[in-house]
Amino acid sequence: MGNIAIPQDQSRSGRLARQIGATGFSLLVTFVGLLLVTFIISRVVPIDPVSSILGERATAAQIAAARLRLGLDEPMWWQFWVYVRDALHGDLGLSIRTREPVITEIGHYFPATLELSTLATIIGVLIGVPAGVLAATKPGSLLDQAVRLIGLMGYSMPVFWLGLMGLLLFYGQLGWVSGPGRLDAAYDMMLDFEITQYTGMILIDTALAGRWDMFANAFSHIILPASLLGYLSMAYISRMTRSFMMNELGQEYITTARVKGMPERRVIWVHAMKNVMVPLITVIALSYAFLLEGAVLTETIFAWPGLGRYITDALVVADMPAVLGGTVVVGAVYIGINMLSDLLYRLADPRAR
Amino acid sequence: MHIDPSLRRFGAAGLAALMLGAAPAALMAATPADTLVIADAIDDIVSLDPAEAYEFSGLDLNNNTYDGLVEIDPATLGMIPGLAESWSVADDGTTFTFKMKPGLTFSSGNPVTAEAAAWSLQRVVKLNKTPAFILSQFGWTAENVDAMVTGSGDTLTLKTDKAYAPTFLYNCLTAGVAEIVDAETVKTHDVNGDMGNEWLKLNSAGTGAYVLKSYKPKEGYVLEMRPGHWRGDAKIAKIFLQHVPEAATQRLQVEKGDIDIERTMTPVEVAGLAGNADVTLAQDVGGQVYYLAFNQKNEQYKNAKFLDAMRWAVDYQGMADTIMKGVVVVHQSFLPQGYLGALDDQPYHLDIDKAKALVAESGIAAPQVKLSVRNAADRMDVAQSIQNTFGQAGITVTLDVGDGAEQLKSYRARTHDATLQTWGPDYPDPHTNASTFAENPDNSDAANNTGYLAWRNSYDPGEMSAKTEAAVMERDPDKRKAMYEEIERAHRETSPFILMFQQARNTALRSNIKGFYTGGAIDSAAYWLVTK
Repeated sequence: MGNIAIPQDQSRSGRLARQIGATGFSLLVTFVGLLLVTFIISRVVPIDPVSSILGERATAAQIAAARLRLGLDEPMWWQFWVYVRDALHGDLGLSIRTREPVITEIGHYFPATLELSTLATIIGVLIGVPAGVLAATKPGSLLDQAVRLIGLMGYSMPVFWLGLMGLLLFYGQLGWVSGPGRLDAAYDMMLDFEITQYTGMILIDTALAGRWDMFANAFSHIILPASLLGYLSMAYISRMTRSFMMNELGQEYITTARVKGMPERRVIWVHAMKNVMVPLITVIALSYAFLLEGAVLTETIFAWPGLGRYITDALVVADMPAVLGGTVVVGAVYIGINMLSDLLYRLADPRAR
Repeated sequence: MHIDPSLRRFGAAGLAALMLGAAPAALMAATPADTLVIADAIDDIVSLDPAEAYEFSGLDLNNNTYDGLVEIDPATLGMIPGLAESWSVADDGTTFTFKMKPGLTFSSGNPVTAEAAAWSLQRVVKLNKTPAFILSQFGWTAENVDAMVTGSGDTLTLKTDKAYAPTFLYNCLTAGVAEIVDAETVKTHDVNGDMGNEWLKLNSAGTGAYVLKSYKPKEGYVLEMRPGHWRGDAKIAKIFLQHVPEAATQRLQVEKGDIDIERTMTPVEVAGLAGNADVTLAQDVGGQVYYLAFNQKNEQYKNAKFLDAMRWAVDYQGMADTIMKGVVVVHQSFLPQGYLGALDDQPYHLDIDKAKALVAESGIAAPQVKLSVRNAADRMDVAQSIQNTFGQAGITVTLDVGDGAEQLKSYRARTHDATLQTWGPDYPDPHTNASTFAENPDNSDAANNTGYLAWRNSYDPGEMSAKTEAAVMERDPDKRKAMYEEIERAHRETSPFILMFQQARNTALRSNIKGFYTGGAIDSAAYWLVTK
């Protein structure tokens, strides 16, 4: 056995190494492709970044000097090469508008988005998966119809409208949650002085510091936008769960399990769920990645200083280093989450190992 | 219906999580008593260094952390002594002497000296950031400024290259760029000869009623009161400004009492908050003016009758009462209300018959206007109203809608036909707008004088150019005022510009908030007089 097992292991580890190599290579190609596309878009749009920093009064000489300083007079391919080279060294350049390193600015905005989308995804999964399973076990029932309707509403209602209505109802009328921003004014003023911000995610930082009053306040601020985004991902996750589960419940092994007299709960949550998990991981990962891009409208309505708003604000003033930097981070997150879901996929499905 | 028990637990946990979030909200309702909480969109801030700050939100902040030699009284908008207690001009008209107020200190405790004031002004000219021209237009350059601006003992001496109108210099000294920084403190933060510019971008070192405690770009800032301010202590200990980009969100916050002041308002919020007993609405004006401009490369825009026809074909009041309600007030001259010499009368109104007759007299058959418009909702509304009323007068308007920056490019290259634009004054002196609307030293393409709106429209103002130059040298303030009035009248009757509106600014305040001034068209917001 051992004699046979060893070469098998070698071939398996060799395959793994090849897989990692291939993944690394495709990651690099994806990155450079992403940079190229955004770079080209940033150069063909008829926006002049110089006018956005110098303002209306600038003279032709000042404009020429600024173009020289920003390297905009270099050939296009050279500008691109410089950008890729610096990006691979972790230098995303300086924001044209603020003259701050883009990587520093993103380091500040990304945790806010990460915190919001993680909580939203947790809410989406905790509600979406059970709802989808329930709907699948009773197709055509009232419950199924309700899940379908709620899901459809999540798909079709504009998110800014939902956000404003949510604020109006839960903050304005009922007063169940706190308003826009990440903290109340009083706490926000304390934050920088009283809390060590290890992660930039206020819920985690305040919990680490044991400041539960501040934690509760942050939670009451985040719960509404997170529930809103969670609702959107729940709509998607529940529909997909239902369809995966319906598919599994029609399989022969399920009939076999039922015939053996296995309790229905076990049939659904253990046997069928195991197989539903595999495609579901991809669905959840995609929806998480989508939220991590930053939900611009939600962030605007809830005054949430996140990545989506950062990129959009930069775009409006043609701050291309910031736009490109933001895009690279989003791309990296997408690739990262895809890799993670690949990994989970392998864990969940022995055939993929 | 059978629900799996494990699901019930799931549901209960989810519900509990939601309720947990709900509970603490009720505990903190009103804003803290010692803190003024303001919501505004402040993502325009590029830098907080007075030598560089040139955006509304940054100037608002700096107005509360710094003072100039000459200041504006927030309530009356009149000029008052700031860090200088008195000033005078020598007979030659080029030497100005400022006597510093004794006993003033910066927030660091360092004394305010004439040397510090001189260094601050020299620093602006040497750094040469965007607003530096407000000072360098007095003939100050990086090379000569150390000799032109000198301080010794309690006396600051400013020399100018020409005998300008003294009010021109004084007005410019009230601008944010002329705020005095704490030279000793700033020098300790010099990096590679940047004169502390990097450090001052995010910190304050001034004499103002408040000190900057923290600033997070696109999130907000905190100011803390500094006792012993020369204007009297601020009434409220802390200012917390939260960056809230969405006006509708700000409205909910002010209704709930989570903020004290809402500063970003659209007509929707103004209408929605009217009649709310907990909220007071205040309106004043900003400095921006809205205008139409016609490029005289197209010969039809040199036809006086045709220009006149268009002036009578704009529905000024109709727009101000409907699509632009609460956003603008009708204003028909290039100097905004509040400026020395501004004309507030309104000689033009919509008169289609008169416009039609003037078109006929002009001899232009079936006139066409291609109007460039930024793709913003309010601009589009105004353009469509113009298209409509011009159409009634027999002038066909086609709209060329595009991105703002792109249109600015073609405007600067003077390749447009006609354009709908706004203009914000650069500093609180009439010369700022007069020199761009009514002056054009060289109308040739080669001159590329893009800073002059007259040049951008290929408009040669003739003798108005000389009159504008004379007005900025006039030493008698009353005569100077009369000169601007004359220029504005001639300009609105003959130039290819149609001034239509001045920006209105709306503020919603919780009803217990008193004493908030926005600075109108010539100054910035003052927090130190606010009580709650």
